[in-house]
Amino acid sequence: MNVQVRPAPATPAASRIAIADCDIHPYTRSKAAFDPWLPARWREHVSQFGSPRRLGMEKGPAYPKSQPNAARRDAYPPEGGPQGSSPSFMVAHHLEPNNVALGILNPLNAGQGVSNPELSAALCRAANHWQEEVWLSASPALRASIVVPYEYPELAVAEIGRWAGRKGFVQVLLLSRTAEPLGNRRYWPIYAAAEEAGLPVAVHAFGYGGGPITSSGWPSFYIEEMTGHAQSCQAGLSSLVIEGVFERFPKLKLLMVEAGFAWAPSLAWRLDKTWRTLRAETPHLTMAPSEYIRRQVWWTTQPMEEPEPREHLLDTIGWIGWDRLLFATDYPHWDYDDPAHALPLKLTPTQRQQFFFENARAVYGLDA
Amino acid sequence: MSRHVVAPTSEIPQGGRKLFHVKGRPIAIFNIGNEFFGLLDRCPHQGGSLSAGIITGLLQSPEPGKYSYTRKGEIVRCPWHGWEFDIRTGQSYCDPARIKTRAYPVSTEPGTTVVKGPYLAETVPVRVEEDYIVVEV
Repeated sequence: MNVQVRPAPATPAASRIAIADCDIHPYTRSKAAFDPWLPARWREHVSQFGSPRRLGMEKGPAYPKSQPNAARRDAYPPEGGPQGSSPSFMVAHHLEPNNVALGILNPLNAGQGVSNPELSAALCRAANHWQEEVWLSASPALRASIVVPYEYPELAVAEIGRWAGRKGFVQVLLLSRTAEPLGNRRYWPIYAAAEEAGLPVAVHAFGYGGGPITSSGWPSFYIEEMTGHAQSCQAGLSSLVIEGVFERFPKLKLLMVEAGFAWAPSLAWRLDKTWRTLRAETPHLTMAPSEYIRRQVWWTTQPMEEPEPREHLLDTIGWIGWDRLLFATDYPHWDYDDPAHALPLKLTPTQRQQFFFENARAVYGLDA
Repeated sequence: MSRHVVAPTSEIPQGGRKLFHVKGRPIAIFNIGNEFFGLLDRCPHQGGSLSAGIITGLLQSPEPGKYSYTRKGEIVRCPWHGWEFDIRTGQSYCDPARIKTRAYPVSTEPGTTVVKGPYLAETVPVRVEEDYIVVEV
């Protein structure tokens, strides 16, 4: 494999608009990366028994990702290790040249979805310490996610309690493919704790629920998984609305991360239409589904749909609301969106400012 | 247009590629069977650096279950989103009529010719016994 480090973009950062990047993936440098924060009892357990997830015979993602570590081939740190594993290189390669003034860290493979409940909790805790000590210190722009063992809500709530209010931790992170649909009441304690702490809950695509990854079984191709996140996240969002999560937790802020967003208007239309005819089935909903969504849901942008003509995207964003989308690059992943090229459309200065920065600041309540 | 000497041919082995900057433009030079080709090192999609992509062939299928794998080593995939480009022309595979990255004419010249000029070779020391890659920009 031939690998070459990409030269920094020619435009100096200072001349670029300051942006918020609401989906950055820090990676572990080696398998031992969490060891400093993992009790010996669990280090030994991992080496003897591994950390299997709820995915049958699979050891990792069900579908190979087409690029090494699912990441850009031009993002290897010069000092070695996988893409996204070097804080200093992330600063030099991404944060500085793209003028990222606010960067939200979403660690994947951080113990979420591990079958053993206490191991899942121990790994999540280690991942949170790792973010605090290795990443937050690397750049004042970076913010951490509280990674929680969401399949074991009482353990997840304890983890939220430990980190909420701690400097730099700005949201609770879940993955989208949960064992039960996201709105199931077994997960309510997590939403209650996040709401009480004033922390948004971010649901990032992927995960290890154990069910087939599309609603009609296991597909043959990776492209179906990539595209299928839209349907999986629609099922999750429908569940959150219909089970009454937003009714019960009206101050909860929910972010759909890396799930696409062009599906959002059609889902809301369909939910509203069906709710009017079946309203008596779910009397706990006191307003139309779209109103809950409008009040409490945001989306990160990457991977942005690319319709032809591109102007269709303006209509779509208008239907969702210009205050609802948070720009994200997904660095260092291979399907990264470049802030200079990802939205090649004429925007008003207000739209641009909202899209690339202000919406994120509003959701996270930061003075960044 | 001017012709620029960028490197001795020995600097890019067969199947290899290397990034150069000529007149401020990033240009990726590829060696396919000792023929050299130059592409602007910027994917027309979102700007990924083509010189960092994998070099592959053209995989096509006339019907389900039948495949052909041809032109091995003549296609480069952007390291970001995997868009495929014909190294010989810069045309994209998915939409060749509309989407391409700029191709620059590349030739090789013996050192004896290069030393006579009128090539621009400010940064490349030239020796008469070697061959050189020349890009027209």
